[in-house]
Amino acid sequence: MIDTVERAEQTPEVEQPFGELGLKPDEYQRIRDILERRPTSSELAMYSVMWSEHCSYKSSKVHLRQFGEKKPETDALLVGIGENAGVVDIGDGWAVTFKVESHNHPSYVEPYQGAATGVGGIVRDILSMGARPMAVMDPLRFGPADAEDTKRVLPGVVAGIGGYGNCLGLPNIGGEIVFDDSYLGNPLVNALCVGAMKHEDIHLASAKGVGNLVVLYGARTGGDGIGGVSVLASETFDEEGPAKRPSVQVGDPFMEKLLIESTLEVLKSGLVEGIQDLGGAGISCATSELASNGEGGMHVWLDRVLLRDPTLSPEEILMSESQERMCAIVQPKNIDAFMEHCKKWDVEAVVIGEVTDSGRLTIDWHDERIVDVPPRTVAHEGPVYERPFHRPAWQDSLQADSPDRLQRPVPQEFEQTLLQLVASPNLAGKSWVTDQYDRYVLGNTVLAQPEDSGMVRIDEVTGRGVAISTDCNGRFAKLDPYTGAKLALAESYRNVCATGAIPLAVTNCLNFGSPEDPEVMWQFAEAVRGLADGCQELGTPVTGGNVSFYNQTGETAILPTPVVGVLGVIDDVNRRTPMKWGPDGELIYLLGDTRDEFSGSEWAHLNGHLGGLPPQVDLQRERILGEILVAGSRDGMLTAAHDVSDGGFAMTIVEMALRSGVGARLWLPDDIDPFVQLFAESAGRAVVVVPRTEELRFSEMCGARGISAHRVGVVDSALGPDAGYPEGTQVLQFGEYFTITLDELREVHEQTLPALFS
Amino acid sequence: MSARIGIVSFPGSLDDADAARAVRIAGGEPVALWHGDDDLKKVDAVVLPGGFSYGDYLRCGAIARFAPVMTKVVEAANGGMPVLGICNGFQILCETHLLPGALTRNDHLHFICRDQKLRIENTLSDWTRDFAPGQEIVIPLKNGEGGYVADEATLDRLEAEGRVIARYLDVNPNGSYRDIAGICNERGNVVGLMPHPEHAVEDLTGPSTDGVFFFASALTSLLSGARR
Repeated sequence: MIDTVERAEQTPEVEQPFGELGLKPDEYQRIRDILERRPTSSELAMYSVMWSEHCSYKSSKVHLRQFGEKKPETDALLVGIGENAGVVDIGDGWAVTFKVESHNHPSYVEPYQGAATGVGGIVRDILSMGARPMAVMDPLRFGPADAEDTKRVLPGVVAGIGGYGNCLGLPNIGGEIVFDDSYLGNPLVNALCVGAMKHEDIHLASAKGVGNLVVLYGARTGGDGIGGVSVLASETFDEEGPAKRPSVQVGDPFMEKLLIESTLEVLKSGLVEGIQDLGGAGISCATSELASNGEGGMHVWLDRVLLRDPTLSPEEILMSESQERMCAIVQPKNIDAFMEHCKKWDVEAVVIGEVTDSGRLTIDWHDERIVDVPPRTVAHEGPVYERPFHRPAWQDSLQADSPDRLQRPVPQEFEQTLLQLVASPNLAGKSWVTDQYDRYVLGNTVLAQPEDSGMVRIDEVTGRGVAISTDCNGRFAKLDPYTGAKLALAESYRNVCATGAIPLAVTNCLNFGSPEDPEVMWQFAEAVRGLADGCQELGTPVTGGNVSFYNQTGETAILPTPVVGVLGVIDDVNRRTPMKWGPDGELIYLLGDTRDEFSGSEWAHLNGHLGGLPPQVDLQRERILGEILVAGSRDGMLTAAHDVSDGGFAMTIVEMALRSGVGARLWLPDDIDPFVQLFAESAGRAVVVVPRTEELRFSEMCGARGISAHRVGVVDSALGPDAGYPEGTQVLQFGEYFTITLDELREVHEQTLPALFS
Repeated sequence: MSARIGIVSFPGSLDDADAARAVRIAGGEPVALWHGDDDLKKVDAVVLPGGFSYGDYLRCGAIARFAPVMTKVVEAANGGMPVLGICNGFQILCETHLLPGALTRNDHLHFICRDQKLRIENTLSDWTRDFAPGQEIVIPLKNGEGGYVADEATLDRLEAEGRVIARYLDVNPNGSYRDIAGICNERGNVVGLMPHPEHAVEDLTGPSTDGVFFFASALTSLLSGARR
């Protein structure tokens, strides 16, 4: 029997399963207060998914406001936080939109489909702004590389990302793969998409114009993902729980490709007044958000929705998270043309409703009223919590436990230390993973992993393009979430500058444990504060992002992992700075200051240690370093650049040498402990390669800007014989300490992941 | 007047814009062809681009061969028009039996994207005549089902007739028999190639510009009247 509004009014006493749907008793009472009656089961379904943590940001909202309050002055932001994705002006009439989102829990339950639909979801977010999706990236975190469950999760996630993204025709241009014990029962699968459009093509999710039609198009609605939002994303995995597999959505990348092409056609033809993708919370989300952003009212005939499974109840249809669906607001006079475009692309479309000025979202099921609610109360006026938070009791002792107590290698062991780092899963080559992704499709990929940032050309005529990097060292964030978030921002910012692009905007995916744990909530609050302060200092606004809570297994939360994505613009991709250095004689410079900083470093991690205070971060100096890297690119002073981060200077040099295939002679300064020089992870540093003709100009620029520039080496392909190797052997010579061949480094670097996962 | 080279877009084609760019860079005029039209718009040659036509949820290319445009492509190919199938296009050409053999799942079972070294084995086909015999090139390869297979007799015949146009060097990336990366029909006008020359047409975005030669070869064939 259908639970209608009429019936709800007549039977106030009916007990409703709000608890199973994830609503707390006071939240349920609030719904009754709003409606002045009990909700119908359909209304209850809508509120439960829309008021879930995942959709409502109820625990994070009070903190996220800082991104708006501390927003730096900028002309670049065309559309800010709150829309499907922020939009940034990159010049020449081009606008770019980008966003990163989590699909952590589904990817643990069903790695392939979880990761695949994560890509699909973020791509539709970008599409719904009116942009053509241009590229994707995937920041990933897994448990220990040699753990049994990692062998289940990682290959599935990688295959899912590839299977979906490759079939969709979007190049995968970068991301991260990090291993840590804390992610064993809760991997992080974040997905980023960037898209481009002309300014006039920007579209927003609002249902304007009374009498306009609400069109649902794309895949049919099925039973997949029902309750995915409230059941999966907002609950912690317990050791023993029922199998949750049916709640994970199943992706169809071919349908998504058709959806992209048909959507871009109807947008270009001016047939759309407002548009919204269907992701978490499906039709509930799309209709309530469109209505409350527009005239404030909408009527929907729910029985018109095309179904894959005809037995679905109206509640299930409202909650279904079937993938590859979009909702458009279309004027009646344009509807035939709209349908023609859908037909051309074999995309099913149906008018399910119309825009009204009633101030209500009303939904009928076979002529019976099953929903009658103020849409804002569903979409925007959900509960907001000021969750209690406090600094964990263990934070002081963690910070006091510095890695100084670890046995440091003596000079005779430096080579061995370097080889251990080069082979460690976090620093090893990732081509086993990234070779499963298409980086060439669309023909605009200028840089892809392992470069510092991914870079794509947006305009083939002018060469204007964008660079994006995502970064986060969760160990730094654990040691000090405020500084850790700033360090993530600093690294991402530096990576964009290293390629020669000017940073413009920031997105983030804030992955944390349970917000109901005050210590986790403190980590979150501190990280948000750090990121907001950092963005203000660097002049790069946050344009949007995503919060993923409840990333924990039992009582144990993951490392706080605020993944930061920075987007930069480059006026001509032809002048990008790659990692690869040039011919013999080019000079290798280390920019920035190296300190004895090992807390949270890869070296400490390798020794099983996490403690102390993270490296210092000075964003004003990061900014100046960034300006030097960009100026070096613009004025042709740099052949190559690479940021110094995980593994320190030595690792940076190894990565550049392997990319180049050419050896180099390095000298280590006398006034610094060589171990510190080689392996410390101080922030604010980069290695650059300068042709001799540019040396004077470049070092003068660094001197004038107050950034220390140490000449630490020279590209040299002929060192092999001096070190006793046959002619032609490429080697890296680290001062008087050790000399090692690129062949050995490459073998060690490349064998780790295949050995674990092939 | 430059040659008109048609590029067919099937639903799920992904590298059609790349193929058009490559044709343009080689000096030809790219013409968009639609899978549902049985009209080749008076083009002089056809490229079937890479991608996942119709999602390729069935055998790759198995549905695309029934597209209305394919009837015309087959007719034209049989009449001697230069036709190049890249990746999914190669799979479609095998499904239509314009080329023998089939493409199967990579032997290592993973999708693979890499810069692939090839040796050009035949410079008489309409799509390879601008190469030097035995020329070694590097172009991207990206496929999940790129293992070329055929029975021994067919393989022997392809070898004997010089119809293997390109072979993988250093690494066989997908388990293709006899390292075969591309083949042509008896007449040399229809070529199937698993790697992607359209992604190697600019230094900025590709590992080389070796891919341009494939498209330039077709223009040479058309404009010089060198075709058989």
